[in-house]
Amino acid sequence: MNEIIESVKNLSIGFNSQKGKQISILRNVSTNIKKGETVGIVGESGSGKSTLALAMMGYIKQGLFPLKGECLFKSKDLLKMSSRQLEKIRGRKIAMIPQNAGQALTPNLKIGYQIDEALKLHTDLNKTERDKKISELLNKVRLPSPETMAFRYPHELSGGQQQRVAVAMALAGKPDLLLLDEPTTGLDVTTQAHVLELLRFIAKDTGTSMIYVSHDLGAIAQVSDRIVVMYAGEIVLEGPARKILKEPIHPYTYGLLKSIPKLSLAGLPASMPGSQPQPGSINEGCSFYDRCNLATDNCKKNSPDLEHIKELDTNVRCFNYKELINQNNNLQTSITKKSNNSEANEVLKLKDVSISYAKQKFFDQLLNKISDQNPTVKDINIDIKKGETIALVGESGSGKSTILKSIAGLLKTKDGQIKFENDRILSSDLKMRNPNDLRAIQLIFQNPDESLNPNHTVEQILSQPLKLYFNLSGEELKKNIIDLLKKVRLGEFYMSRYPRQLSGGEKQRVAVARAFAAKPDIILCDEVTSALDVSVQAAVLNLLQQLKEDLGTTYVFVSHDLAVVRAISDRVAVLYQGRLCEIGPSQNVYKFPSHPYTEVLLGAVLEPDPDIKPKLVAEDIVEEKPPEKGCSFQGRCPRKIGDICNSEIPPWQIGENGNAIRCHINIEELASLQQ
Amino acid sequence: METNLITEDKQKNKLEKAFEILKTMASKPSGLIGLSIVLFHVVLALLSPYIAPYDYKAISPNTMLLAPSAEHWFGTDSLGRDVFTRTILGGRTALTVTFFGSLIALLWGGLLGIFCGLVGGKIDDVVMRVVDAFLSIPWILAMLLIVSLLGTSTEVLIPALGFFYGKGIVRVARAATHDVIAKDFIVSARARGHSNMSIIWNEIIPNVRDAILVEGAMRWSWMLLGFSSLSFLGFGVSPPTPDWGLMISNARGLMSFAYWSVIAPIVGLSSLIIGINLTADAFAKALGIDRSTKAPV
Ligand SMILES: Nc1ncnc2c1ncn2[C@@H]1O[C@H](COP(=O)(O)OP(=O)(O)O)[C@@H](O)[C@H]1O
Ligand code: SF4
Ligand code: SF4
Ligand SMILES: [Mg+2]
Repeated sequence: MNEIIESVKNLSIGFNSQKGKQISILRNVSTNIKKGETVGIVGESGSGKSTLALAMMGYIKQGLFPLKGECLFKSKDLLKMSSRQLEKIRGRKIAMIPQNAGQALTPNLKIGYQIDEALKLHTDLNKTERDKKISELLNKVRLPSPETMAFRYPHELSGGQQQRVAVAMALAGKPDLLLLDEPTTGLDVTTQAHVLELLRFIAKDTGTSMIYVSHDLGAIAQVSDRIVVMYAGEIVLEGPARKILKEPIHPYTYGLLKSIPKLSLAGLPASMPGSQPQPGSINEGCSFYDRCNLATDNCKKNSPDLEHIKELDTNVRCFNYKELINQNNNLQTSITKKSNNSEANEVLKLKDVSISYAKQKFFDQLLNKISDQNPTVKDINIDIKKGETIALVGESGSGKSTILKSIAGLLKTKDGQIKFENDRILSSDLKMRNPNDLRAIQLIFQNPDESLNPNHTVEQILSQPLKLYFNLSGEELKKNIIDLLKKVRLGEFYMSRYPRQLSGGEKQRVAVARAFAAKPDIILCDEVTSALDVSVQAAVLNLLQQLKEDLGTTYVFVSHDLAVVRAISDRVAVLYQGRLCEIGPSQNVYKFPSHPYTEVLLGAVLEPDPDIKPKLVAEDIVEEKPPEKGCSFQGRCPRKIGDICNSEIPPWQIGENGNAIRCHINIEELASLQQ
Repeated sequence: METNLITEDKQKNKLEKAFEILKTMASKPSGLIGLSIVLFHVVLALLSPYIAPYDYKAISPNTMLLAPSAEHWFGTDSLGRDVFTRTILGGRTALTVTFFGSLIALLWGGLLGIFCGLVGGKIDDVVMRVVDAFLSIPWILAMLLIVSLLGTSTEVLIPALGFFYGKGIVRVARAATHDVIAKDFIVSARARGHSNMSIIWNEIIPNVRDAILVEGAMRWSWMLLGFSSLSFLGFGVSPPTPDWGLMISNARGLMSFAYWSVIAPIVGLSSLIIGINLTADAFAKALGIDRSTKAPV
């Protein structure tokens, strides 16, 4: 167990800037990977974690070069090896699983063939041995019906299954070290939990060492024995997983853990100010100085070294870490938010809304109707009160964005009505809505890189709604823009910036400001924090809550992340395949009894806590289409009771907590089942 | 990497930006050479009427096919006209015709492409079919037809060249528009209720402009070659207008003993084509557009 497989020593990697300056993006990194150990490397985007992981297999991205240090794999420096020597090691001794396995697999070759190629390359087995090995590997990664799996093409597999194939291929060469770069990012929550469980099993079963790189402490917590925390190109904390997660003694890790929304906590997570410094911008002092609430003058002038603390078995880079020892009961707290007044009037009603993506047939086009018997979204009934935050949750493809688009008028409804204020029906066609209704409903998107025009300055971006809805110009326009920026905590000088000159969090703030510029009544938020780093996510959530409390805006908040939803929402609606499963006040939806699908989702949430393991109750299969009749969840339901689930749409039942559940199982029985 | 760094945070006006791009273009040797060649030709073309030492159409039997000398730097042609005069004036013709031709190509190609990319669906299909159909006609045949019907005046040549070289721009503009309209900022503008015109003007054009301009610059050099080929075949501008293609064509039989009358226009034409090509490449690089991925049409 104590044999060291790979050892990184004083590694610095950098690039030459256009001005000829040498800028380092990894600074003096040292760490050891022991045999059979899984090490989690965690950090925000841009912290250098992928650069480090790639260097550990002797790969330096183009444009970068090692400035000093070495990567010793079995005592040989990978960075000094020729590409021939590296070829012998990669795949055989060190294997890598990329983030998006779907793209790494060759689309026109069968799965079995691709694994066979890997076996040919990395082993000396003959044909029959290889065939045996292929089915062995497919079994090991627990693919359904492994016999037929070998004869399928990558596109016939779901994302989770593709990731399993990638794991099988990586295991083909019996590597000593497995590198995983964000292997579950982008997968659905339930799939993610299954893949992580598989990885943990494989680590145990084969004794392979693993390096698991992720921004997600929840995922890291599930697999790691040891955790390395990176910040701005340096290791700031390193130690046994349990210690790091339960008693973090570096202010950054502490803040990071606090900023993660947790299922057990209602209310918003605390946020860290600011964002990670850009490479090259740190001259002296601690790189976390700007965001640290323990910072002293000493931190500004001197950079702390990575210090080994024997009794904690931990390395920490901080002058003042002692203040954090025994501070950690504070981790389980959150900011309470003002609850919404439940007496308020309804501002938006969805009545029997169905939405279909099916192409209209010719006749239907003439009659201007859509005749799809099995639409993507069906029978949605939700009444939304003024000033409340209602969340729509569900896995990808559950129709969350589709519903938002319909509310915004971007997608026609097939049936049903969308009513706004005093039961006035809103046309589902954008062109038919009056300007005031357009103003009243605004959208914020997931990815600000896509939702902000890259060729516009912040000033131009924010002036669009102001000009369009309020006809502002000149000094008044400028004053309003500055006010808006102030509302989202950005200074006046941001006006002349282009989106590419902003960090992810700043961009999303601009997008928030643009939505608020319209003085809307309702804001539709589509996964608005999913593309952000956790510490930034917390800040954006807090900002949204603050703005809502100040201005009385109503949010329809779409997310796949149940913990985020728990933090921000007053009410939750759970969707599966475009059908409502459960709806109720959020504190109750997170209590039992729940709809079986809600139960599955809650079970799969990854918490940054080694003691909370996900419960895997349902298979992580992906259904292409909603079932024609019966319960929408029949295909995956672990509690399915029989034919009635396949044939009849379940009735709504209201629990004593006030949450409505759509299931054939009697709600009291459900409660006792879920005890 | 570099672009990730927060760059200095000064608002630049259009002029400063254009200057910046020029500076980036000139920072590589190939770009600098291209720019210098183009600049040289443009300046020469502008000044040529004032510096031309002789009358370009003055025929004189006494000075036929003279070798280069102090009076006639590049010699004289078979009609006794000064080759230097005709070469510098020929550049003027070529640049004017192809510059305005490219402008027309850019305008109609760009606008139609943006329109097709934006509306999509059936209309887009039909328009692109028609464009493809035109694309499959050998352009030189079509040009010959047009010229023989309508004559060879520049009023005919400029729009005709513009039309034929605009087809490729339609494709580029359409593809760029397609990429852009899938982005959420367009959805966002739609949801806010902006008019189509406002979306085209504010959201789409700023994002496709660069790709279209680069394509236009590239087309310019091709058009130059096309135009000179037409003249060479006798279907370009009509004599005695000084023109490189025409000069090469007239002098090609005399090449073995009066090489000078053909060297000057050849050097002029090829250097300008190379210059524009290098400039267009540098322009594309300065704007961060990767031309290698786009198939030439
Ligand atoms: N433009 C489209 N055309 C056809 N089907 C679509 C389109 N957009 C989404 N869908 C389908 O509609 C379903 C719901 O998608 P979506 O609303 O995006 O779900 P979510 O936002 O919950 O991930 C999915 O099955 C998806 O494949
Ligand atoms: S050294 Fe100072 S600034 Fe850096 S993390 Fe520790 S307390 Fe904060
Ligand atoms: S109705 Fe049947 S299939 Fe649907 S959730 Fe209830 S038990 Fe499961
Ligand atoms: Mg979505």
